[in-house]
Amino acid sequence: MKGIIGRKLGMTRIFTESGEVVPVTVIQAGPCFVTQVKTEEKDGYKAIQLGFEEVKPKSLTRPELMRLKKNHLPPLRYLKEIRVDNPEDYQVGQKITVSIFEVGEKVDVTGWTKGRGFAGVVKRWGFGGGPRTHGQSDRTRAPGSIGAGTDPGRVIKGLRMAGRMGNERRTVQNLEVVFVDPQRNLLAVKGAVPGAKNSLVIVKQARKTEEKRKKYG
Amino acid sequence: MDVQQAIRAVERVSEKPTIPEIRPGDTVRVHYRFTEEKAGEEEKTEKVQVFEGVVIKIRGTGAGKTFTVRRIGAHNIGIERIFPLYSPNIEKIEIVRRAKVRRSKLYYLRGLSGKAARLKEKRE
Repeated sequence: MKGIIGRKLGMTRIFTESGEVVPVTVIQAGPCFVTQVKTEEKDGYKAIQLGFEEVKPKSLTRPELMRLKKNHLPPLRYLKEIRVDNPEDYQVGQKITVSIFEVGEKVDVTGWTKGRGFAGVVKRWGFGGGPRTHGQSDRTRAPGSIGAGTDPGRVIKGLRMAGRMGNERRTVQNLEVVFVDPQRNLLAVKGAVPGAKNSLVIVKQARKTEEKRKKYG
Repeated sequence: MDVQQAIRAVERVSEKPTIPEIRPGDTVRVHYRFTEEKAGEEEKTEKVQVFEGVVIKIRGTGAGKTFTVRRIGAHNIGIERIFPLYSPNIEKIEIVRRAKVRRSKLYYLRGLSGKAARLKEKRE
């Protein structure tokens, strides 16, 4: 298991040699630093904590800063944990760049989706809405009936209604890496990735690859 | 690093073989490669087709840039084809003639035919 933290820069397209168009998302990933190694014995689970993006020292609180300083690390804005099977292979202070990935590999990308605020049922759940003509008023984007009458006399739990939408952590699985540039810390994956431009993304080795599916069924 | 620069780096457009700078109003010959699959035949043959006409539109930036070529086909039917400028299937673009035009999108040509659809040649 391996992973890196980055920023979504935007989307574009590239051509394959045969002239096919591939939509890609460009991610500025790393360089990240290992800020903590968590082991089974000490912490009860295996993980590494990665830090990303250098900031001015004054942007961090003193405990945050001193904790990094102790390990001779620069001030870092983001600290995120990634579960790994082999924490002993990592050392605190180790630098991780996009070179951990190669073209053709499959990755899972986690991001925070764009916040859509208080959204109605048409946008949030894909409801069809009501008729727009034939004398209808105020029914275009209405949800319709939300239940029966006196029996049961309440609205059933979990009914899809309007409410806050987006700004959730979401992962897109099995995206193909199509471009890696360790000099510029750039990574491009095939397809779309959750979140707005400049939002934080975590790129990890794919969890459910084709080979694994065949092996375990 | 600048975001646009980073995206350009991924597109690798500048590494593509040189494409002449085309402008709206140019009459061009586009040599376009495609694979032909004939019914009943296993083999796919690669062919190059030439599409000649007037560039009426150029849109987009970077790898997504496309241009539209309009020509008049048989029975006076207008044919427009959109080509991705950086597609590796474009073998060659020849500029036959350049015309003096005053707008970037020559949609007005669609409403004209015959003599009226001529464009004034650009004098260098």
